Amino acid sequence: MKVHVHVSLKPGVLDPQGRAIHHALEGLGFGGVNDVRAGRLIELDVSDDTSDDDLDQMCRKLLANMVIENYSIEKKVDA
Amino acid sequence: MAFRSAVITFPGSNCDRDMAVALEQVSGSAPLRIWHGDSDLPQRLDFIAVPGGFSYGDYLRSGAMAARSPIMNAIVQAAEGGVPVLGVCNGFQILTETGLLPGALMRNAGQNFVCRTVPLKVENNQSLFTCGYEAGEEIYIPVAHHDGNYFADDATLDQLEGDGRVAFRYMDSVNGSRRDIAGVLNAAGNVLGMMPHPERAIDEAHGGTDGRTLFESAIKSLAAA
Repeated sequence: MKVHVHVSLKPGVLDPQGRAIHHALEGLGFGGVNDVRAGRLIELDVSDDTSDDDLDQMCRKLLANMVIENYSIEKKVDA
Repeated sequence: MAFRSAVITFPGSNCDRDMAVALEQVSGSAPLRIWHGDSDLPQRLDFIAVPGGFSYGDYLRSGAMAARSPIMNAIVQAAEGGVPVLGVCNGFQILTETGLLPGALMRNAGQNFVCRTVPLKVENNQSLFTCGYEAGEEIYIPVAHHDGNYFADDATLDQLEGDGRVAFRYMDSVNGSRRDIAGVLNAAGNVLGMMPHPERAIDEAHGGTDGRTLFESAIKSLAAA
């Protein structure tokens, strides 16, 4: 089973990387971009019987830093 | 009795030798060198240093992988047992990732790697690491980091300030750290994390000796205990 974990900075936490990307987009002439937040996508390939709780623990114990980041878990349906 | 210290080395540590030299020069005893993959620490340690560098290449987040190394369980236990633990730079990042210290270190607000000597204010001179300084003293210590932007939520920051756990504060904004915090203590006062490098300021040849006082403080505190 493929699982996508999206890790992003919590709202309100300054995101210098997102700000730099925003600045670069403006430099390319793209107006109307209100804000940019950069995150991280972690693709897991796990056995089908991996529990939701285990996935949650993976995120909390390692993949995200709960002080500054949020995560969301998305199970991909195999094509 | 000889000062028994340990310096931990992770894959990617690069200030471990500097830390070992500093500890030996100030205490007169060479520290034990410990590999991250060990799961036990030597008995009767007086001081543990988690040095700077780029453990595991900063993969995932700075300090995240190192924080899950086998040796860290032993360090957490030692810290909980009262052994002084100093984390510098990547060591600070590792100590926050283990939860020994609150907060997190993020990418510098200016996106740039900062590498220069900066003025710090000694906010707390009551800890075993800082008792040789004057309260409010201005000291000069080098920084060299890309991820030194200290973050904690307002409630945590208020608690840290209220309990006197901010050890050092930048006198100029260096990296975007909230409230310009450069170093914090744990609640018991035996764990200190800081981004500036005291081990790079122990000899006149370094351009200053303000870091030496930190190691002297720890050694004197131990002798007095």
